[in-house]
Amino acid sequence: MKKVFERTKGLVDIPMRYCPGCGHGVVHRLVAEVIEEMGMLKKAILIAPVGCSVFADEYFNTDAIQGAHGRGPAIATGLKRIKPECLVISYQGDGDLASIGMAETIHAANRAENISIIFINNAIYGMTGGQMAPTTLLGMKSTTCPAGRSVDVNGYPFKMCELLATLDGAYYLERTSVHAPANVIKTKKAIKKAFTYQMEGRGFTMVEILSQCPTDWNLTPLQAIERVKNEMISYFPLGVFKAPPKPTKQETVKV
Amino acid sequence: MAEKTLMKGNEALAEGAVRAGCRFFAGYPITPQNEIPEYMSWRLPEMGGTFIQAESEVAAINMLFGASACGARVMTSSSGPGISLKQEGISYCAGARLPIFYANVVRGGPGLGNIAPSQGDYYQATRGGGHGDYRVFVMAPGSVSEMANFPRKCYEVAFKYRIPSMILADGLLGQMMEPLEFDFEPVDTSTIPEPDWVLGVNEGRKRRVVRSYDLAPGKMEEFNLELDSIHSEVKANEVICETIETDDAELVLTGYGTSARVCKSAMALARKEGIKVGVIRPITIWPFPEKIFSEIADKVKNFLVVEMSLGQYIDDVKLSILGKAKIDLHKRPAGGIPVAEEILGVIKQILGKS
Repeated sequence: MKKVFERTKGLVDIPMRYCPGCGHGVVHRLVAEVIEEMGMLKKAILIAPVGCSVFADEYFNTDAIQGAHGRGPAIATGLKRIKPECLVISYQGDGDLASIGMAETIHAANRAENISIIFINNAIYGMTGGQMAPTTLLGMKSTTCPAGRSVDVNGYPFKMCELLATLDGAYYLERTSVHAPANVIKTKKAIKKAFTYQMEGRGFTMVEILSQCPTDWNLTPLQAIERVKNEMISYFPLGVFKAPPKPTKQETVKV
Repeated sequence: MAEKTLMKGNEALAEGAVRAGCRFFAGYPITPQNEIPEYMSWRLPEMGGTFIQAESEVAAINMLFGASACGARVMTSSSGPGISLKQEGISYCAGARLPIFYANVVRGGPGLGNIAPSQGDYYQATRGGGHGDYRVFVMAPGSVSEMANFPRKCYEVAFKYRIPSMILADGLLGQMMEPLEFDFEPVDTSTIPEPDWVLGVNEGRKRRVVRSYDLAPGKMEEFNLELDSIHSEVKANEVICETIETDDAELVLTGYGTSARVCKSAMALARKEGIKVGVIRPITIWPFPEKIFSEIADKVKNFLVVEMSLGQYIDDVKLSILGKAKIDLHKRPAGGIPVAEEILGVIKQILGKS
């Protein structure tokens, strides 16, 4: 019988600890599939963060390293400078990337560090039980803003793609989501672009992925998907925020 | 290189590290160690290595975490406040068994303190420094020549045992110039075999994971006990200590680094006056030369500890001697530098000589 589909070799065949309805599992699979399709399984180094995806170092069938909270981009810098032939991926959540690791994120982007970040934005601290994240939406409740996030007390959620797009060192920035099949397909395309640009030596690349966290949002998986669709995307618009310059007419002719 | 050359302590340390195989340096400016990153910024590219001025000490140590996981001989340097910021990352390196090397050119503290020489970071250096149960191999140079030649031993021990290693200097050693000779040939990094834990291209081997956590019940205790046995090995094999004229001594002076230099001068003054003084100078302060202190304390009943801090180093002396001799302390913290004459005065007081 003809085999039409098989599990990606980019993931280790063990049970994942993610909650039902969580977006991490989907994104893990997409990242793993892209690594495999690019023929980079033997040349990829995955950085696992602190947060729910701390165990990513067990799940990906590549070399992996788990580091301090928020320091992924600095660790990636060390890895990539010593092993430029490797595909270096820093997998990070919102607390990791946009709160404690904000300086490392911005400076790695500004150095045009040749690395790729997979940024899972689910607007909450998952691993520690649902505290307010730097990307928690206004009015959204968490265990440390039980009445809902207010501008007076907590300021505004960070829009990371928009912020990094001002930096010359950032080469490719795209925000996607995984709340519906079409978005999952777009996310995979974005991941492939980021990894390809890295291996072409073009500089800093990041894909921000809006993801659902039913457990810490206190919603059912279906309600969580509705929140991404109706509340998150309106504050965090999907799209490409930094892309390679389009070739000029002359260049196009040459091609 | 057998010829003598004149160098500043910080530059000698940087050159010594490069000759010992350092090919990756990430750091952040802080006085009094700025000559180290400045030197590395041109010297490492010359050797095909990498220099990065990081956005912070926190980023610098994590760049080392990544580069070290790829097998490179890495280095960072700082002074007290910056080393405090690096402690989280150093703890991660200890937990992930990464053989990093770093230097603390100590300044006066606490807080921003001052930029004068100090030995106030002794506890931080010899007790691990960051969170968790780990130790760092610590060498304490007392001259520019030793600043240049100690990095080689630090890398050797770090890679042999897979533990962090460091040099504990001070602003005086970093800033002064002295003639020096390198006592080793430059290491050819291309001849060093790649260790079996290094990340990178994993053709023909199983995938590798570098990490400092294990949540499975009992696993972290197991790892800590394994680390303990490695520490015991380091203690058994890697102690370096200098003892001078302790055989006939009625009083033993002891200190490390700059303080030990002053102790040696004070000893010479005392001997000139017929006062029999010896010196014990630990070169490794972790592991500490406990046995040497203990043996000498069987014969000599007066010890005078000299340190440029408020009584940190004296704790290790006490723990080694275990009450077998009387111990006095001469302390000059945060920029106070003892001189031989004042130590001679203290010696005379202790021995009841005028």
